[in-house]
Amino acid sequence: MTTESGSESKQPQENKEAEKSKAAEEQTSPQNQAEKFPAAAGHSTPAKREQEQQGEDQVSHRSSTSRLSKSPLRGVRKVKIMQCKVVLLDGSDYTVDVEKRAKAGVLFNKICDHLNLLEKDYFGITYRDVESQKNWLDPTKELKKQIRTKESNGPWNFAFNVKFYPPDPAQLSEDITRYYLCLQLRDDVVSGRLPCSFATHTVLGSYTVQSELGDYDPEEMGSDYVSELRLAPNQTKELEDKVMELHKSYKGMTPAEAEMHFLENAKKLSMYGVDLHHAKDSEGVEIMLGVCASGLLIYRDKLRINRFAWPKILKISYKRNNFYIKIRPGEFEQFESTIGFKLPNHRAAKRLWKVCVEHHTFFRLVSPEAPQKKFLSLGSKFRYSGRTQAQTRRASSQIIRPAPFFERTSSKRYNMSRSLDGATIAENHDTLMKDSSAKATTIITTVTAEKEEKTEQEDAQKDATEAHEAGATTQEPKRPPHAYTADPLRSELSLPSSPVLSTKVRRRRREGSHKRASSVSPVKGSIGCRRRQAHADRKAALLEEQELLLSARKQRLEQGKRRSGTLFSFSLHLPHLPSILDDDGYITFPDLSEMSFLPECAQNFLPIKSPSLIPCFLFIFFFLLSTSFSVPYALTLSFPLALCLCYLEPKAASLTASIAQGYHDHDSSEEEETDSERTDFAFDGDVTVTESEADEESETQTQDTEPLPEVVKHQTNISELKRSFLETGGSGMPGLTEWEKRLSSSPLRSPRSDEAPMIEPLEPQDTKDGQQSGAERNEEAGPKGTESTPGCVSSSQQVPSGQEKTAVAMETGAVPDKTTGPTPLDSVEAASKDVPVVHTETKTITYEAAEVDTNGDADPGVLLSAQTITSETTSTTTTTHITKTVKGGISETRIEKRIVITGDADIDHDEALAQAIKEAKEQHPDMSVTKVVVHKETEITPEGED
Amino acid sequence: MAGLMAGFGHYTHAIVRGIPASLATEALRTSQAEVDLDKARGEHDAYVQVLRTRLGLEVVELPADEALPDCVFVEDAAVVCGDTALITRPGAESRRGETEAMKEALKDLKMNIVEITDENATLDGGDVLFTGREFFVGLSKRTNQRGAEILADAFKDYAVSTVPVLEGLHLKSFCSMGGPGLIVIGSSDHAQKALKIMQQMSDHRYDKLTVPDDLAANCIYMNLPNKGHVLLHCTTEEFPESVKVFEKLKDHMLIPVSNLEKVKLDGALTCCSVLINKKKPDN
Repeated sequence: MTTESGSESKQPQENKEAEKSKAAEEQTSPQNQAEKFPAAAGHSTPAKREQEQQGEDQVSHRSSTSRLSKSPLRGVRKVKIMQCKVVLLDGSDYTVDVEKRAKAGVLFNKICDHLNLLEKDYFGITYRDVESQKNWLDPTKELKKQIRTKESNGPWNFAFNVKFYPPDPAQLSEDITRYYLCLQLRDDVVSGRLPCSFATHTVLGSYTVQSELGDYDPEEMGSDYVSELRLAPNQTKELEDKVMELHKSYKGMTPAEAEMHFLENAKKLSMYGVDLHHAKDSEGVEIMLGVCASGLLIYRDKLRINRFAWPKILKISYKRNNFYIKIRPGEFEQFESTIGFKLPNHRAAKRLWKVCVEHHTFFRLVSPEAPQKKFLSLGSKFRYSGRTQAQTRRASSQIIRPAPFFERTSSKRYNMSRSLDGATIAENHDTLMKDSSAKATTIITTVTAEKEEKTEQEDAQKDATEAHEAGATTQEPKRPPHAYTADPLRSELSLPSSPVLSTKVRRRRREGSHKRASSVSPVKGSIGCRRRQAHADRKAALLEEQELLLSARKQRLEQGKRRSGTLFSFSLHLPHLPSILDDDGYITFPDLSEMSFLPECAQNFLPIKSPSLIPCFLFIFFFLLSTSFSVPYALTLSFPLALCLCYLEPKAASLTASIAQGYHDHDSSEEEETDSERTDFAFDGDVTVTESEADEESETQTQDTEPLPEVVKHQTNISELKRSFLETGGSGMPGLTEWEKRLSSSPLRSPRSDEAPMIEPLEPQDTKDGQQSGAERNEEAGPKGTESTPGCVSSSQQVPSGQEKTAVAMETGAVPDKTTGPTPLDSVEAASKDVPVVHTETKTITYEAAEVDTNGDADPGVLLSAQTITSETTSTTTTTHITKTVKGGISETRIEKRIVITGDADIDHDEALAQAIKEAKEQHPDMSVTKVVVHKETEITPEGED
Repeated sequence: MAGLMAGFGHYTHAIVRGIPASLATEALRTSQAEVDLDKARGEHDAYVQVLRTRLGLEVVELPADEALPDCVFVEDAAVVCGDTALITRPGAESRRGETEAMKEALKDLKMNIVEITDENATLDGGDVLFTGREFFVGLSKRTNQRGAEILADAFKDYAVSTVPVLEGLHLKSFCSMGGPGLIVIGSSDHAQKALKIMQQMSDHRYDKLTVPDDLAANCIYMNLPNKGHVLLHCTTEEFPESVKVFEKLKDHMLIPVSNLEKVKLDGALTCCSVLINKKKPDN
């Protein structure tokens, strides 16, 4: 095993040239990658520029000069090309140039193109960190930020691997995909990661031989042809003989067939697709945690001692080197339990956590949870960004190309052999074997061998890290200013809701977020429109905000670096709460370590690029002046406030992340001064990450968010909307500004207003809360009250049904596009309660399923969870609430969909409704529609054109 | 085509062992019942007859050993899956000698023999439930964690999960396989609890067949050429209610086998044979 290691280091130089030109070719050829990585849409030349730009205003960390000075290369702002060396599944190296600041997805797509692989979602790129641990690259993030090496030293090294092992490989569309999966599995077998019995080794080996060498030919092959191939960790003559025996019986079997047989056998192995992580349980006993398609497996030695299927797991999180799973209560248990595991270090915990998040999303969900789905979302949580298995299956079913011809390289030979592109094969199993270094003693020798081989490189890496650390440390002083500008705002936001616990509070906080939203949007609106038109009450709201801001800043100044509390509470005001707050009302925090270093943070703090900044700033400044602030004071205040407002653009997601990070950096500077490399990881707060509270829910719920691209589009559209509004100016209506209108009709708001009613019938106490805060909001928002319709969603829709029966209540409202009155989402009650600007004619028809029982009112049951999801297409807005209740031991999932179809009269509403119902049925085949409420709202007085 | 893990319930051979006279008095038991040696032998002969003549298995009959009163319960001495046979290290010291003859018999059948050398490990075959897709090992008075680990090492293809056995002698004292993906389970609390654990630990879905009597849940499933699903189960005499449940299995050839005497020694149906598949499964 140790003998072949020498070749790897020399090899790349030889084919570098060839590869380079190849890579260059590839760069210029337009490629279609938009599908998967919308951000990195294609890497043809023009797209690249765009990407470059994106990187600049989104997450770049070039602003930090202290960092730049560390490396002479960084001073140059030209597009830097970086060479990447990727070990492919057949063991060959693929060298390709990418822009230094390219996202990992760009590299990934290049590799897939090189491999002619279309079903790429099962695959990923790994890199070895300084601890030689395998990490998966996030395709949406820059390569540079994900590898922690000094890039000036030689090429970046990666490996192309199977990330998600399809439980049923037969369902893959293309043979070529299966071939690559086979290659991965062969390596898994040979390295010992996929243990199997002697019999299995022979069977798998024989199929490998058949697929690589074809039919047995006694003349050509002789008697020891099998010994050239690596088929098992401990390959014996006996095994080879058995393999030959089997091989002889496969005459006529095509390579693709042989691979299929290989996979059919491999997939049954108990460790197939199980990603193992070393850990200790709460009692310090050494265990292994295995992440797989179906859930999390716990092993002690080789025994499975527990298993948590994804539906059992409510939440996964990590903190320092601890990894936690929160378990849904069992049949006879009352409370959910949290189980903690100790990982060797923080990075290991994070790695495990990420792998869990990704596997859960890929295998369990229908579509990924879109993190930046909501306007003000604290969306920086790490999420799996690719397609889910369901999506990729759908997509690959559309592959119409003729089966591509590909050459099966002879892999895993003892001897060197030539690979497809003429490069000598480097034995990548050694590298990959490192995975298992800790678990199997037999492999340890290999590890050392590999270490030697890589020493140079690792040294380089170490250097890099050190440099990096140094860089990070010097940045520290730069942080406070950034954090400072943002923090007051954040703390300000936190004030309305005091830090309390319990779910009640949590709901309250949500209401708080309402409040926040209602006070923010007017500001935004008025910036764009005429200041004078700002209503008095809005001014009051703003004033209040200012006050809060002031006091927060004061607080901030006083407290200095005090953590917790203030920062976190920022999230309280963001609508994405269901997932931010966990069941206890604690805020669960996103994965900050995903963000790299502080400079990013700085970048994110540059909403200066926002076109709305100046108007914002001017408006606030004059506004403050008008409210008798002194000039300097007004100046001081308005800039941060303007900055803050500009933040409330779709970019909010990355912002909050970096805020948190900047914040976290404070922590680390206190706690981990000596280890600043860790800072980006060692986020000490509640770094957790929540999966949505209930698995089933997230499943169903994500089904509703299917039109992902649209959702994403929506995000970006908000700022556009706002901008366009700023340009056109308002129409001067006394009530609402255009921006406000749009905002309020934006689906993003609906969840909030809908939350309270969702809870209402189930938990009377909370309802009070909801109503209270709703009332508060009403006060704040003043007579317009457009945002304040917490109680308006008809609770009659909460029709309880029997066990496992689920209600899908839909509301379809048709509202003309240019409504200037209350938001369409707020429906009838809102219209009647508030003072509408526009008179509308409303018509409500209710269809109800016969078997509906109404005992829900009598026995509200216990609310397990409630969630709201919104998605939007051009003319429809779908808001989905999912509530889970337990009533007398019967759990009930209720899905309420509210679909707002907005458009001119010529839209066929009936058809749209039928379509909506059909879709709902398709999405939830196991549920029954119990009620359909059609609420038609037609504008009578034409008003408010813009 | 060679297919792994195919053909659950396919058997060609059975290893059984005679009943020594010492069984009546010296064999281990959890109850104080009197055992009628002749009746027990008669029962056992009938059992062997079913395997041999009715089902057409090639029965290897090991001679009884007076020094090993429990030797008729051959299941505890070895776990056979595919062509690998794990020779166990029984939890009861008096039974350790039973493995010798078993090992020889399995060697003769050209099985790959794996032995437990670890002095700390104990494993009774009665605690091992093989479902066709995975193993469950009961952690009982007779089987410990280490024994289960060794089993996991011997059968690497399969997941091996441990199940605590809180009551009853063995895991299979209250459950067994009644078909592919069908677990027959007793209705006692501990049996149901064990089933819950098994279901939780498994990646596979199992159907369950709950029988009123725990002991009746131990039956022998086979899938034999020309016979299809075969189930050897308790008699109406012993467990009338449970038999009614078995009779609901329409696809199975049901063969009631009396076990009145051996059950007094905690011997269930599966205990008295080791089933082996020597023919390569075609598929």
